[in-house]
Amino acid sequence: MPMQPEEIEDLIRETFPDAQITITDLAGDGNHYAAEVIDASFAGKNRVQQQRAVYAALKGKMDGPAGDLHALALTTKAPD
Amino acid sequence: MTEPLTDAKTQIDETVKANTVVLFMKGTKSMPQCGFSSRVAGVLNYMGVDYQDVNVLADDAVRQGIKDYSDWPTIPQLYVNGEFVGGCDIITEMTLSGELDKLFDVSDVGYEKDAADKIRDANG
Repeated sequence: MPMQPEEIEDLIRETFPDAQITITDLAGDGNHYAAEVIDASFAGKNRVQQQRAVYAALKGKMDGPAGDLHALALTTKAPD
Repeated sequence: MTEPLTDAKTQIDETVKANTVVLFMKGTKSMPQCGFSSRVAGVLNYMGVDYQDVNVLADDAVRQGIKDYSDWPTIPQLYVNGEFVGGCDIITEMTLSGELDKLFDVSDVGYEKDAADKIRDANG
């Protein structure tokens, strides 16, 4: 099931209300997205910890063949 | 948790601890079957890193088990010295920033510095 970019942003926003979130549909098929998430809570965390938190916010949407999202290229960082 | 998954976890743990560099991927290092796996395997191959590849498509228990093992939902997954380093996006960023070189330096993993520099030159 393809997802709309707004749905992805809303899910991430639930966990990171003050984050700067940019979603890009890479292939135009609703299935391959890039997401950039910039949030103050990422300060002092490594990339694995940051991106685990984003995956957790997506609540299983990435989970394998049954998941709604096949590919989400993640970039995470703390604000400069 | 069911028996096969427990077995898979033990098997994963042993593989990760027995090899300095391990890549869990779709397909094999010589024949990747997913663009994301292909990208990471391609970087390691090009840099001449000696690593163990594990094809998750060959075993459903490992395919699910590796996600539970690392608490990470996607494949590929790179491990160095028993530690989960990241998936495709993180390895790409670390390659371009030179952090992957540093990780290999401190982990005593052999690689070709010139090849790593060429990747950066081509994508800089």
